[in-house]
Amino acid sequence: MPSDRLTPARLGPRDVVHVGSAGLRARPMRVVLSALGIAIGIATMIAVVGISASSKAQLLQQLDKLGTNMLKVAPGEDLFSGERAKLPKEAPGMIGRIPGVEHVGAVGDLKQTVRRSEKISKDDTGGLSVKAAGEDLLKALGGTVGTGTWLNDANGRYPSVVLGSVAAERLGITAPGQQVLIGSQYFTVIGILDPLPLVPEVERAALVGWQAAGTLLDFDGHPTQIYERSSDASVESVGKLLARTADPQNPQNVKVSNPSAALQAKAATEGAFDSLLLGLGGVALLVGGVGVANTMIISVLERRHEIGLRRSLGATRGQIRIQFVTESLLLSGLGGLAGVLLGSAATYVFAASGGMPWVVPLWAVGGGFAATLLIGSVAGLYPAVRAARLSPTLALQAG
Amino acid sequence: MTIVANTVVELNQVTKEYPGGVAALRGVDLRIERGELLAIVGPSGSGKSTLLHIVGTLDRPTAGTVAIAGHDVAALSDRRLSALRARHIGFVFQSFHLVSGVTAQDNVAEGLLYSGLARAERRRRAATALERVGLGDRMHHRPHELSGGQRQRVAIARAVVGEPDLLLADEPTGALDSASGEAVMQLLHDLNADGATIAVITHDGEIAGALPRQVRIRDGRIVEDARTTPEDAQARPEDAETMPLEPAGGEDQCRATD
Repeated sequence: MPSDRLTPARLGPRDVVHVGSAGLRARPMRVVLSALGIAIGIATMIAVVGISASSKAQLLQQLDKLGTNMLKVAPGEDLFSGERAKLPKEAPGMIGRIPGVEHVGAVGDLKQTVRRSEKISKDDTGGLSVKAAGEDLLKALGGTVGTGTWLNDANGRYPSVVLGSVAAERLGITAPGQQVLIGSQYFTVIGILDPLPLVPEVERAALVGWQAAGTLLDFDGHPTQIYERSSDASVESVGKLLARTADPQNPQNVKVSNPSAALQAKAATEGAFDSLLLGLGGVALLVGGVGVANTMIISVLERRHEIGLRRSLGATRGQIRIQFVTESLLLSGLGGLAGVLLGSAATYVFAASGGMPWVVPLWAVGGGFAATLLIGSVAGLYPAVRAARLSPTLALQAG
Repeated sequence: MTIVANTVVELNQVTKEYPGGVAALRGVDLRIERGELLAIVGPSGSGKSTLLHIVGTLDRPTAGTVAIAGHDVAALSDRRLSALRARHIGFVFQSFHLVSGVTAQDNVAEGLLYSGLARAERRRRAATALERVGLGDRMHHRPHELSGGQRQRVAIARAVVGEPDLLLADEPTGALDSASGEAVMQLLHDLNADGATIAVITHDGEIAGALPRQVRIRDGRIVEDARTTPEDAQARPEDAETMPLEPAGGEDQCRATD
């Protein structure tokens, strides 16, 4: 005999899921369509967050490779004359003696143009410049030679030139050995540098040896930019000493800057994802939630007989409620899952096409999923309460 | 509660009024003892559906007392009433109410879903119940693969799988052709012979007449509570198909209004 204490039996979690999914299994097409709204919303949000995280990760990776320990010294304007000041010729050597400094490289701007041949007008510079380069420049910039060799004592005396990556491209030089016209003299290209994202001015320059610049191109020997690389720990202390060391007489005429600062700022803004798109995703998610609520209300209306049947089989109101809330949660959960996959895939495609690392922040996935579950329970609650309030006599009405 | 356990249903002066003052039941007294097989018969609008709701604890009376398997329904909360239905009452519906797309066995097992039994045990008992109604070979068929009569037998298996104290069948043959209907009625007779207490709600005097007891209801009152002798009941099944039913008292009335 059954016990006479009439306590409703509890449904196990498996049974709850089973009962909650019964309605979904019966109408797969409806499930797909109503979960789609949620999926689109979540996918948008995941993609927005993922894409900005990926580009930020790429920038940080770049920064990591380039290093943030390089400082640039350049002459400012003379306070009195308003003319461009000159750095002393000894400045690179003096900077090299600051404790912590590892490499110092100097370049000096030359008032010359670089052209492929005489057939090209002198005015057609293509945005390229000619610079005298110290031997230690490449080490200070952390650059590498793509093809050919770097300037040294031997070839620095002769009309030989190393091209920055952009300069080589614009001049149409693909291999060492070709010649370019600097001023009125042909120089032989001996090397082409790899890209230097931190120093675009060097990427766009034809670099001539310090000595050759003096003898062949009337270089006055005053550096116009000095690049200094120190250990990470001493960047700050070195930075403070740079102006006074470079020009002890007129430290106010010296500008010190950190080329990686711009990149760092860019990384920071990339991380701040597009709030407009994110808002759009939020709206899609909301519309998806309304769709789920709508589906649930229709589902309750259609399944009055089932509800009555379950009540007659002994389901309590609470068990009917939980059935429909579970159904709603499953519905939106499915949408959320699809959305996370879709958004991650979209991020992957974007990242892969842009050569970025693929980053989908876990907090975005977790947050997106939590949002779906919240929407699912909110959307399901009202229909579920309505279902539970239906009279159990419904099952007995024919039709 | 073994003292009252032999009385499965006890209605005392039960009245049900709907808002607006329509009285569907007016002072009904009804006792159903364990092991009975009876018909609650009446034309539509007679109040038999309301009586079914009240006996099935799907609805509560506005006056009078209802005791099912010894439990005073008025004293039970909705939750406990649900548990009462889960353990003590089985329902069979005119339109079967099987879950489409689900096998016969799982449909029957659904009858035990709210009983607290483990899933494997529910399915095992469902298999036994299906054997009992003669559908042991249709275990894995889905409702659309079954005939109407087979579907109703699945529904009956679902109703009896929990071994309820009371089986309520609402027009169980209403949606069936006469041959299938007969088989279903025969099954109810067999289940009753095995000890089940069964109340069949019907408007069909013919079906009612074939059962040992007929409770006739009109305009919300019980107008007759007749018992057919076992010999009569024995005699009927052969006659039923070929000739009109020998009227037990009140039969003609009932038909005329139908």
